[in-house]
Amino acid sequence: MNIRYFAWVREKVGLEEETIELPSNVKTVSDLIAHLKDLDDYHASAFEEEDAIRVALDQEHVEPDTELGTAREVAFFPPMTGG
Amino acid sequence: MPVTPKVKVQTEDFDVRAESGLLTSGRKDVGALVSFTGLCRDEAGTLSALELEHYPGMAEGELTRIAEQAIERWPLTGLTVIHRHGKIPPGDNIVLVIAASSHRRAAFEAADFLMDYLKTRAPFWKKEHLAEGGTGTWVDAKTGDDKDAARWT
Repeated sequence: MNIRYFAWVREKVGLEEETIELPSNVKTVSDLIAHLKDLDDYHASAFEEEDAIRVALDQEHVEPDTELGTAREVAFFPPMTGG
Repeated sequence: MPVTPKVKVQTEDFDVRAESGLLTSGRKDVGALVSFTGLCRDEAGTLSALELEHYPGMAEGELTRIAEQAIERWPLTGLTVIHRHGKIPPGDNIVLVIAASSHRRAAFEAADFLMDYLKTRAPFWKKEHLAEGGTGTWVDAKTGDDKDAARWT
């Protein structure tokens, strides 16, 4: 699955995007966050305040309990500050 | 026939007068035009610029979804949303919303709704560049923006 990061989440992870092979026990967005946190210290620090992270699946907003299903792209980012 | 919104995400500036003209020229049914322009502030001289990051594709998609909701909700004759990205110095434009309708209430409310939803749902993030040099912090989202957006639900 293709994972994209924006703003301070991107800076903390140190990557704009990466492709990850999902373990079979990763079903939902929350599962994916838990998996990413275990990858290394960078991911762990980016997802430290999990409540502050927003998620999009295939470029639409979703909640953390959403199933990843057949989505091709997931994005993690802080609350938005445009306008 | 339902109105199709004009949605653009771009680095270049926009021309409010020209964009307004596109919503009124050749028409006789437009009685109200409300435009909102958001500009970059210098925060009492401390900022040299704001850097606007966006999620290409989703930014356009989300702005379009919000614009379509506004069109469903109010009887609009036209709707334009333009959001810039990249490095924007104080005094320059960041965002433009223009709502056109036969009557003022729909135009006012649609523009207000658009901005409230755009602030909380469109994937853009602002980073500060400081007047004294270097980059500052990412701008924090305001809880007031969530309350503003909740007014419409």
